[in-house]
Amino acid sequence: MAEIKSVIGTQNKKGQTYTDPWKLLHEAPRTPSFFTGSEVIKEAIRRASCDVMIAYPITPQSEAAALIGELFAEGYVGDYFRGESEFAVMSQCAGASFGGARVFTTTAGPGTMRAMENFPMWAGARLPIQMIVTCRGINSPLSIQPDTLEIAYLLNTGMLVWHAETAQDFFDWILKGYIVSEEPDVHLPLALCCDGFFVTHTKDVVNLTPTDMCLPPYDPYRSPVPCMDMECPPVRMMRDPFVMKSNYISYATHASWQQEIWAAVERSRKHTIHWLNGLIDTENTDADIVIVASGTAVSQGREAIRMLEDEGVRCGLVKVKALRPWPEEEIREATKNAKHIFVPEFNVTGWLAKEIRASIPNPHRVHAGPHVCGGMTMPPEIIVSEIKTALGMKTFSLAGRGS
Amino acid sequence: MSKERIQISEALYDIMPSDYQDLVKSATYGKEDRGWKDIGTSKELIEQHSLCAGCPESMAFRYILASLPNPEDTVMVGSTGCTSLVFPMVAVHNIHSLFGNQNAIASGLKRALSVRFPGRVKDVVVLAGDGATVDIGLDMTLQAWFRQEKFTTICFDNELYANTGGQESGLMQKGFVAKMAPVGKLFDKVRLPEIARESGCHYVVNCTVSKPSLVEKVIRNAVHIAREIGPTYLQLYTPCILEIGKNSMEGLQEMRDSEKPAERFAYKEYVSEPAKQLLAELAAKDKERKAAAKQLAAQAQAN
Repeated sequence: MAEIKSVIGTQNKKGQTYTDPWKLLHEAPRTPSFFTGSEVIKEAIRRASCDVMIAYPITPQSEAAALIGELFAEGYVGDYFRGESEFAVMSQCAGASFGGARVFTTTAGPGTMRAMENFPMWAGARLPIQMIVTCRGINSPLSIQPDTLEIAYLLNTGMLVWHAETAQDFFDWILKGYIVSEEPDVHLPLALCCDGFFVTHTKDVVNLTPTDMCLPPYDPYRSPVPCMDMECPPVRMMRDPFVMKSNYISYATHASWQQEIWAAVERSRKHTIHWLNGLIDTENTDADIVIVASGTAVSQGREAIRMLEDEGVRCGLVKVKALRPWPEEEIREATKNAKHIFVPEFNVTGWLAKEIRASIPNPHRVHAGPHVCGGMTMPPEIIVSEIKTALGMKTFSLAGRGS
Repeated sequence: MSKERIQISEALYDIMPSDYQDLVKSATYGKEDRGWKDIGTSKELIEQHSLCAGCPESMAFRYILASLPNPEDTVMVGSTGCTSLVFPMVAVHNIHSLFGNQNAIASGLKRALSVRFPGRVKDVVVLAGDGATVDIGLDMTLQAWFRQEKFTTICFDNELYANTGGQESGLMQKGFVAKMAPVGKLFDKVRLPEIARESGCHYVVNCTVSKPSLVEKVIRNAVHIAREIGPTYLQLYTPCILEIGKNSMEGLQEMRDSEKPAERFAYKEYVSEPAKQLLAELAAKDKERKAAAKQLAAQAQAN
């Protein structure tokens, strides 16, 4: 058998040292830097040993996608080009991933929807592509503003779905995302979502790892399905192509394959808990009132909790980090003492509240709201107002409500 | 990949499927002058298929797989349709993902292979039907050519959607009555070979698959030019005998009838200047190789 050599400690052509991922993310020194979310995406990819990035312009991810192009020009990314549409881009990503590359792309809103046919295909073909989704409105009339409705459509594709709150989450999770999704028992694509503009276009202090350290490269031969590079024997995949057959074996094959995809999502749970330090974060969940949120709604919830504390109302917080795998048990445990559960969301349908209602006993405790959508901001005052109204407390009138 | 990669461990030999044993014993991976004449004397890279009896597409598949100049380092990309019934039985890596996205898949694949194997030959060949190439996937077909992606696109043109039961397609002839064209197709057959030329393809051929030697020549040219220079396009008539009301034995005659000088599949070829130069160089090398082999044989005989 050929000698197995570790790449850890060796250098890539840019002089970056391939570093043990745990050490890179937990022990390497961090430098506080003041960056926009888009710049943070670039900095994470600089350290991610990416082979191929494929870009397409759509607000609000265009800046990040263009910045990765600069990384390519500097030699940090193997190949980079602009595709012709999101549907094509996601297929190009698939082709690159089939060919054994570590692949990165970004999209948003209508782009996510246009590309949608690709996502169950990615999961079904076990392609560990990472896609940043900088959520924006998908409604008509046209909107480019923040709105998280598109996440609802991603939840049943078989992809891993994480929802970042801050630019710091973004930096760490892009790197951690590759580790989790490339595990042989997972090997699934990851949609790493954030709320467009709020995260991509605002500046924040982010603690970055050293630029001269990077993730070890992707090893396509750890994949549970063959890499399409003719470096391993071209197995005859099936005796009869069951793709269009109408018989029991065909149905059973498809059924078991779908079950395997979702089993792989489940198997990602242990890795996700390990790397994200749990699928959820909790604060004061012994309180009667708990806010459960994901994305920047968590930040607004945290501020609302501070305001309520000033009025003597104690309130707990659950930050949902991973949506797939879904933290059902964690949320059930974190909300077991809660008499009222509030779920503020940046979308009109309240998909997170629906998921939570389906996961906990006594779901009438869930107050689905407040909701803002179409680019509306969510001032903490409206969360405070929603909670106080539900508790029968007097609230100040909010401008424009006519109360 | 070299031929060594498909060797079977002796301990496992007897439990390997016989078609795999045959592949190891007598396939033509690595054979420099492989071609259609190997059919019958070596293991083909296509196993049984489930196409209709007499389907010209099955002939095309066999000729193409026998003619790929470098199957041991070739990855094929397919699309949804009758071809996707064949690809699972093909002994080169092949990808099916969605309907119509084949040239996008191939673009990403070719770039990944170039990043991962710099300085090594890894050919990518797309093979899809006319619906996938010209209708649903036209955008991605053309954009890959505009970008000068270095792979070959082969379109099996049967002038309709065969796998879904014979509906109108863009490459169907004007006036043909079909499903979804109840009063006959109202517009002309899309002139993709000309569009391919204008879109930057360096080698474009429009023909039938009635002559295996011709298929071998155009496949080798297309793959070599794509490898060195840029995109190439082959449009091959593979009539759907079922949907045009022919019998199993009539596919070959249908192709012969359609390639007569005034017919729509009369041989047409476009070769760009850099591609012409490359073909001349390859022909010279081939001549040299054959002369050397001849000399070697003569010497062996003399000794």
